Amino acid sequence: MVDASTRHKLFGTPETNFLNCSKGWKSWAFTLDHKRIGIMYLIGVTIALFLAGVFALVLRTHLFYFDSGMLTDAMYNQMFTLHGAVMVFSFIIPSIPAALGNIVLPMMLGAKDVAFPRMNLASFYLWIIGTGCLLAAILSGKGLDTGWTFYTPYSIDTDTGVIYATFGAFILGFSSIFTGLNFLVTVNTMRAKGQGWFKLPLFVWALYATAIIQVLATPVLGITLLMLIAEKTLHIGIFDPKYGGDPVLFQHFFWFYSHPAVYIMILPAMGVISELISVYSQKRIFGYSFIAFSSVAIALLGFLVWGHHMFTSGQSQVVTLIFSAITFTVAIPSAVKVFNWLATLYKGSILLNTPMCYALSFIFLFGIGGLTGLFLGALSTDIHLHDTYFVVAHFHFVMVGGTLTALLGGVFHWWPKIWGRMYNDFLGRVGCFLVFSGFNLTFFPQFVMGSRGMPRRYASYDPEFQAFHQLSTLGAFVLGTGILLSFVVLVYAAIRGPRCSSNPFRAASLEWQSSSPPDFHNFIQTPVLTDPYDFESQVYDEELDTYIPREFADPSKVPARTEPVHH
Amino acid sequence: MNWQLPLMLAQTNDSKLEELRIRTEAISMPGTAVPNSSLIREGTSNPFATEYWFPTQASSFAGEIDFLYMAIFWISLVFFVAIVGSMAYFCIKYRRKDGVIAPEPSSSHNTAIEILWSVLPSIILVWIFYVGAETWFEMRIPKENAEEIQVTAKQWGWLFTYEDGDQTNELHLVRDKPVQLIMQSEDVLHSFFVAAFRQKMDIVPGRYTYAFLEPIKEGTYRLSCNEYCGTGHSKMKTACIVHVSEEDRKNNTKWIEAEKLPFENGRRIYQIHCSGCHKVDGQAATGPALNTIWGTDEEMIDGTKEKVDGNYVLNSIWYPEKHIVAGYGPVSKMNSFKGILDQKDVDYVIAYLKELKNPTEDAK
Repeated sequence: MVDASTRHKLFGTPETNFLNCSKGWKSWAFTLDHKRIGIMYLIGVTIALFLAGVFALVLRTHLFYFDSGMLTDAMYNQMFTLHGAVMVFSFIIPSIPAALGNIVLPMMLGAKDVAFPRMNLASFYLWIIGTGCLLAAILSGKGLDTGWTFYTPYSIDTDTGVIYATFGAFILGFSSIFTGLNFLVTVNTMRAKGQGWFKLPLFVWALYATAIIQVLATPVLGITLLMLIAEKTLHIGIFDPKYGGDPVLFQHFFWFYSHPAVYIMILPAMGVISELISVYSQKRIFGYSFIAFSSVAIALLGFLVWGHHMFTSGQSQVVTLIFSAITFTVAIPSAVKVFNWLATLYKGSILLNTPMCYALSFIFLFGIGGLTGLFLGALSTDIHLHDTYFVVAHFHFVMVGGTLTALLGGVFHWWPKIWGRMYNDFLGRVGCFLVFSGFNLTFFPQFVMGSRGMPRRYASYDPEFQAFHQLSTLGAFVLGTGILLSFVVLVYAAIRGPRCSSNPFRAASLEWQSSSPPDFHNFIQTPVLTDPYDFESQVYDEELDTYIPREFADPSKVPARTEPVHH
Repeated sequence: MNWQLPLMLAQTNDSKLEELRIRTEAISMPGTAVPNSSLIREGTSNPFATEYWFPTQASSFAGEIDFLYMAIFWISLVFFVAIVGSMAYFCIKYRRKDGVIAPEPSSSHNTAIEILWSVLPSIILVWIFYVGAETWFEMRIPKENAEEIQVTAKQWGWLFTYEDGDQTNELHLVRDKPVQLIMQSEDVLHSFFVAAFRQKMDIVPGRYTYAFLEPIKEGTYRLSCNEYCGTGHSKMKTACIVHVSEEDRKNNTKWIEAEKLPFENGRRIYQIHCSGCHKVDGQAATGPALNTIWGTDEEMIDGTKEKVDGNYVLNSIWYPEKHIVAGYGPVSKMNSFKGILDQKDVDYVIAYLKELKNPTEDAK
C-alpha cells in the first residue's frame, strides 16, 4: 500500500535529477554516471554524423554531373574515404550501444550503473582520441585516400595519412571493446533480483549479443591494423607482395572483424525496434524467445561469413562456395525477426507517433536491405554486382535505413525519459518522413546503376548514369534536411519542451519506473520487477498523468486485468 | 610496352574518353556501324523487365545470371509486398483510436507458425544458392580449348598480350571463342570488369588470377577497373571489342607486334638463368627436369601434392623454399629470383614450359 505522496516522490517530476545534481564542466568530464557518459557519447556521435554527413553531401554534389570538376579525383577519393571511415568507426559502431545502450541498459536491469563505471568513461575518452587520430589524417594535410577498408598494397604505397587513420581505428577498437566488456559483465551480474534471462527486454539481449562480437572480433582488427602500420614502416612482408606478403591475407583479417562489425551495427538496432514495436502496439512481443535467440544466432553466424566480401578477390574457390552457403543461413534469423514484429502489430493498439514511424520505416528499409542481400549472397549474381553501386545501395539500406533509423527512433522513444521533456510529435514525424523519403530517393536509383554496371568509388562516370546520380543527389539533400530537422526538434525538446511524466507511453520495462529525468542513482526505491512486455502491469495515475506499476497504484482505482499474467 | 593509350586515359576527362572511344571504334572496326552496346538497352522503361536492369547479354553465362537476378527480384518483391502490405494494413486497422489503449487479445507465441516461416524461406534460399553456384562454376572453370590472353593491369591502364605475343591496349575477342584471362598486376589491386559479360575478377599483385568468358555477341563494351586502385581509378577504363571472326580481329586491330613468340623469350630466360640446374631432356640435375613438368601434380618433400600451374611456377621462381619437390630437399638449393625476373618474365618461362610439354615450334 503506497500513499499519494510516495507516488509523487517516485514518479512525479523530481527536483534533483542526474542532470542537475552537480554542476560545472568537471562534473561532466569526470563523471562516472552511465547516463551522463551516454549523453556525452550521444553528442560525440552526433558530431561524427554531421561531419561524415557533410562529406557525403559534398560527394553527392560532386556526382551531380558525370564530368563534374568540383573536386579533383584525389579530393574525391579522400572524401569518400573519410565519409566511410568516420561513419563506420566513429558513428555507427558506437551509436546505439555506447550512446543509447549506455543510458538505458543499466536502468533496464534495475541497476545503479554499469559494472565498471571508470572503464565506461575511459571508453568515451578513447573514442575522442581515436576520432581525433582519424581526423588528424585531414589536419596533417595529407588526407586519407585508401577507402575505409585500407586494402593493401595501396594503403602501403600511398603517402596519405594511413598511419594516423589506422591508429585512430585501432584506438576506437579499444573503446568498443571496453563498452562490450562492460555490458557483458553488467548483464551477467547486475540484473534485478529475480530478473531471469527471459525476463530481459529484447534490447538487452541484442546489446548482449553485440557485446560478444565487440569483445571477440575487435582484437582481430586491432592486430591487423598494427600489422599494417608495421608493414608500412618496417616492410616486414605480411601484406605487401613486394616484400613477399599476401594482400588477400589482409582482406581475410580485415573482414574477419568487419563482417561481424556489420552485426555490431545492426543487432542493437533490431533490439531498439523490438522495444518500439511492442510498446507502441501495447502488445506482448510475438515470439520472444525466437527473437532473443535469433540475436545470438546472428552474432555467432556472423563470424562465419566474412569471405562473402571476397568472392572476386582470388581466394580459394572451395572457400568461396562454402562462404556463399553459410551466408544464406544468416538470412533466416533476420527474416524471423521481421515476421515476429509484424505478428506483434497484429491486433495491437498502434500509436503512430515519431518513434513508431521510425520503427515502421526500419521494417520497410531493412526489408529492402535484407532482401537485396540475397542478390549478393548468390555467387553468380554477386560476381556481377560486387563493388558496384548495387553494393553501395545495399549496405546503406542496412546501415542507414536500418541503424540510423533505429537510432533516431530509439532517441525519440527515450528522449522524454532522459530530459523529462516531450518533443513536438508533429515535427518529429515530418522529420521522419523526410528521412524516409530522402533515403529512398538517394539509394534506390543506386540499385539500378549498380545492376547496369556502375562501379563504386568512381570520381567520374559514364554519362548514361547521370540521371540516376542526380536523383540520388537530390535525395541526399532531402535526407540531410530530415536529419537536421529531427536534430532541431530534439534539441528544442530537451531545452524548452513541455514537461512530461515518468512513463507517458505505458512502457513496462524497468527504466520507465524511474522519474523523468531519472535520479542520479536511477531509482529512488528498488523498482518492482515487471515483465517488460506485460503492459497491463502499468496502470494510469490521473494525479500524475502517468503510468505506474499496479503495486504502487491506489488499489481502489486499479482496473482488473483482461489477460492472465504470463509466466 | 605501350602504356601511352591508357596513360592518356588516366589524364583525361570523360569528353576525351568519348573521343577515345570513337577513335577505338574507328581503329578497330572500320566501316562498321558500332552500336555502343555497353550502354543500357534501348526501348525499355519497364522496371519489371530484365532489360531495365541489365546491359546487353554478351557472354554465354550472362543470360543465366540475369535469370537468377530476376528470379530473386520477383521472390523479394513478393515477400516485400507481403511484409509492407501487412504492416500498412495492421497500422490502419489496429491504429489507436481516441487515445484508448485497447489491444485485442491474441496469442504472443505460436511454435507451428514460427517454424513454418523459418523453414519455408530456407527452402527458397537453398534453391538460390544452388542456381547461383551452378552458373558460378561456368564462370570460373575454363573450357579446354580456351584461348589464353594475359591481362596486365597497372595504375592506371590495361595491357593485353595474346598467345602469339602481340599486344593491345583494348581487349580484342572473337565471338563464340572461349577465352581464359590470365591476369596480373604490376602494382596494387585492380579488378577486371565488363558489365556486358557479367564477369569480374580481382587482379592481385604477386600472383595470377583467372577469369573465363565466352563472348556471344559482337560489339564494343566498356571494360573498367572495379577495385579501388588510387587517384586515377575511375579513369582506368578501356574498350573490349568482340569481333565476328578471327579474321576480322586479325585485320581490324591495331596490334603492338611482338618480335618473338613468348616461348622464345622464355627459352632465352631459361638458358641464361635456369639451365645450370634444370635440364629439359628429362634428366634430373640439381633441380627437377622441366620438359614435362607443366600441368602435372608433383609430390613435395612434405608429402603433399602441388599442381604445376602459373602460381606454382611464380612461387618456385620467387620463393623457391616454399615448395620443394620430393627428392630435392630438405632445403632449397635454389636462390630466389625475385628482383631478377619479374612477373612478365615468368609469363615467358611459363610459355616455354608449355611449349616443352606440347611442342608447336611455329617460330615467326
